[in-house]
Amino acid sequence: MPSKTFAGQYTSLAAIADFIAQAAQEAGLNSKDTYAVKLAVDEACSNIIEHSYQEREGSKIRCSYAVLKDGLKITLQDWGKPFAPEEVPNPDFNVALCDLEPRGAGLYFMRNLMDEIQWDFESGDGNILTMVKHK
Amino acid sequence: MELSTTEYKRCDVVKAVGRVDSNTAPDLEKAFNEIIDNGKSGIVFDMAEVDFISSRGLWVLLETQKTCKKNRGKLVLVNVSDEMQQSLDLAGVKHFIDMYDNTTDAVGSF
Repeated sequence: MPSKTFAGQYTSLAAIADFIAQAAQEAGLNSKDTYAVKLAVDEACSNIIEHSYQEREGSKIRCSYAVLKDGLKITLQDWGKPFAPEEVPNPDFNVALCDLEPRGAGLYFMRNLMDEIQWDFESGDGNILTMVKHK
Repeated sequence: MELSTTEYKRCDVVKAVGRVDSNTAPDLEKAFNEIIDNGKSGIVFDMAEVDFISSRGLWVLLETQKTCKKNRGKLVLVNVSDEMQQSLDLAGVKHFIDMYDNTTDAVGSF
């Protein structure tokens, strides 16, 4: 399972995107699905950096992938604060512009873009997020 | 991400090249705010060379639109690729921000 560890900082996001693009290419995803995976991973990593690590220096994110027969599996591991995904409400976009609240969009995007999402906060080795995109 | 701003009579055109993510979105926000702080409220965001925009970037667009509308102006988008459209559709951006196929029409909408 190819993997790479990045600094848990926003400046790592472009390099993480390049790593994911390589994975998507190996898995034979089309350009729309490749963009979807890159977006979901960017949202996940941004959440890890902002919420799990609270932008703490010296933090790390380990990205791994596995090419499946029918798609791509991405695993993100961090060693920050766990959270309860089911308690994060989806943002409401069916409101007037002035009432839009910029909260929870990252998780909403991930759930909409990927076919499977699973969190494991009890691995004994950090928080593990697994996401699958089928072709 | 690289940013450039071109002033027109009734609006300013901001062009970005590269990614708009949590790392670079604050720079875009700053560019928009500089225009607004100068008393203008007409902004065209040219996305022809934007190859990625995350939810953080979308919130910059939506928050900028809120401010522009309050000031009786608007933010519009131009040259949005099919891939970028994926991001925008997830947040229902088309309900809040007009999009144009070319810069002439976008600038002409002011």
